[in-house]
Amino acid sequence: MILNVQGLDYTAINELIRNQKRDCTLDNCCGQRFIAAGMADKKITLNGVPGNALGAYLNGAVITVNGNAQDAVGDTMNEGKIIVNGNIGDTAGYAMRGGRIYVRGNAGYRAGIHMKEYKEKVPLMIIGGTAGSFLGEYQAGGIIIVLNLEKKEKIVSNFTCTGMHGGKMYLRSDCKNIVFPNQVTAKRADENDLKQLRKHLTEYCKLFSLNIDEVLDSPFTVVSPDSKNPYKQMYVAN
Amino acid sequence: MGVEFIFPEFEVVRNENRCIACRVCERQCANEVHTFSAEKDIMLSDETKCVNCQRCVSLCPTRALKIVKSDCTLRENANWQNDTIKEIYKQANSGGVLLSSMGNPKPFPVYWDRILINASQVTNPPIDPLREPMETRVFLGKKPAGIERDENGQLKNNLPVHLELSMPIMFSAMSYGSISYNAHAALARAATELGILYNTGEGGLHEDFYCYGENTIVQVASGRFGVHEDYLKAGAAIEIKMGQGAKPGIGGHLPGEKIVDDVSRTRMIPEGSDAISPAPHHDIYSIEDLRQLVFSLKEATQYSKPVIVKVAAVHNIAAIASGIARSGADIIAIDGFRGGTGAAPTRIRDNVGIPIELALASVDRRLRDEGIRNNVSLVVGGSVRSASDVVKAIALGADACYIATAALLALGCHLCRTCQSGRCNWGIATQKPELVKRLNPDIGCERLVNLMNAWRHEIKELMGGMGINSIEALKGNRLMLRGVGLNQKELEILGISHAGE
Repeated sequence: MILNVQGLDYTAINELIRNQKRDCTLDNCCGQRFIAAGMADKKITLNGVPGNALGAYLNGAVITVNGNAQDAVGDTMNEGKIIVNGNIGDTAGYAMRGGRIYVRGNAGYRAGIHMKEYKEKVPLMIIGGTAGSFLGEYQAGGIIIVLNLEKKEKIVSNFTCTGMHGGKMYLRSDCKNIVFPNQVTAKRADENDLKQLRKHLTEYCKLFSLNIDEVLDSPFTVVSPDSKNPYKQMYVAN
Repeated sequence: MGVEFIFPEFEVVRNENRCIACRVCERQCANEVHTFSAEKDIMLSDETKCVNCQRCVSLCPTRALKIVKSDCTLRENANWQNDTIKEIYKQANSGGVLLSSMGNPKPFPVYWDRILINASQVTNPPIDPLREPMETRVFLGKKPAGIERDENGQLKNNLPVHLELSMPIMFSAMSYGSISYNAHAALARAATELGILYNTGEGGLHEDFYCYGENTIVQVASGRFGVHEDYLKAGAAIEIKMGQGAKPGIGGHLPGEKIVDDVSRTRMIPEGSDAISPAPHHDIYSIEDLRQLVFSLKEATQYSKPVIVKVAAVHNIAAIASGIARSGADIIAIDGFRGGTGAAPTRIRDNVGIPIELALASVDRRLRDEGIRNNVSLVVGGSVRSASDVVKAIALGADACYIATAALLALGCHLCRTCQSGRCNWGIATQKPELVKRLNPDIGCERLVNLMNAWRHEIKELMGGMGINSIEALKGNRLMLRGVGLNQKELEILGISHAGE
């Protein structure tokens, strides 16, 4: 079902989506926020640029954006998939606790802040281009992968992994020009890591028609936290 | 020892004539103060570990124990007081940031205690709540701008979503993790029985408590722990926590040792991992950003739940509240600087924020001056200790009050202020199964219901004395209040006259 959402506000758009049986395509999307917030069983294709908080609290729906998306993509999402063929704005995947965010282009500041995980429920965010400052700040779980497919000078910006205390980050770079905070360890990906990466990247590469062997044929850096209790020594009982 | 030794604050006094060495104290003390000496056949105590929680005192079958403040003190000094010096020793020993629990214990003015309530004499007779109906119900949320009628002249129901409370009190946010499963069970059941609400705090909602959803406020804080679609839909309202009175401007760290099995699942983080709530919501740097979170929550729940925004009472609270009232939020909750906490840096708890009485009065006035008071309801907390505090808060402009410390006291808390240790002997601020089971949720629920019923009756009596028979008529009714011993500026901020005026 193709729906023209030109001039409609977000409440009207979400109402329209909720009334669809499953699949729908929204044409002429232009900055409307909160699209598909909390939705579970829909498959939505967006043509145009959705506004902030696309797929917030997403609970299983699959969203494909043919274009860029703005800030707070997949805020606190629980399950489902968000596929963006362009770039995304700031704070994508804030406190994401499950599901997948696949971005072909770049991410803005503070992507993957406070991502979580619990047992087999591990969220995954893959960014094809580069990521802005504070990537994975307070990361408590989950997996963040940045690929820098266009081979820009810096794969990530400043303060990456500040306060990270769980999860993993894979950066497709030797990261010689990146400064990591003290409480994380950054090392060159080994055989085992590459095996994991291949698993994580399979769907992504298929979606964006990339050759996975070519993507993997490049040095990767794995970043993981040293402690899951980073501030334990900081306090004295009074 | 030596330079690192800090003389214990309390002394354990055991009446040897009464002690029967039954070892109850030993079993009851998670801090391991009491031990039995088989050799001497007597109980011994190590007062260095005592936190004065009074558990042993309360359970000693022969009343052989008391805990007293030690009279071994440093030389008296009005400037360098004992606590100040000991804090320096602790920091010199450890290099650590001082961490405290529960509300600010310092002798700051308590404005509630300097405000007096009016009563009717001769004219406008008092009302006896034992014989006449009194309305303590309140509705929280936006008020409609006006009455609308359809073409037939019938009233249109244009009421925004709201909460209905049987009395103007709710249990404020305490997360599952900072307090125990049994404490949450008691709060949830009591709220349901009383027709009021309790608040999950930011630790998510345990699956066993979804059944109390109609009486639950679910919180969304900067760590977004336990937040997902079902959680948002489970509650009667959603609270966005921007700040907390005990620690304005900082986040929270629930230490890994409290992240055990169920807590870990409810928060969706691995067992043993610290639960870190960042100081800011990293997607909120403005009122417009706040509006975005408010409306993302409303969209996700299809406008079926009021959204509360909770902030700490800080210097510019009136301007902040004015912004929140325009953000689409339905209710503003303001937490004063004496509010409790499971753990906060001492310096923050004791020095940051402002008293709730002043914050409430200035927010209420500001919103009225700007003509937006009906956009929102106001809920205040941060040391509301009694029914008279509630009545004074309402007369200063609050729609309802949040209580937490008082509720914990009802559950058995003895305010020893060591929640951060995780060894709460009363089974409240702990996740250790052998301690949690000491708090019986049935008894806890009953005690909370008792407390609230008692307050409800006291509220009615105080209102009746003023000749007022509904909370609505008391709201913002500052003429019913007078200050004692307050200066001109304080009276001006509170918007009340001095006693005798």
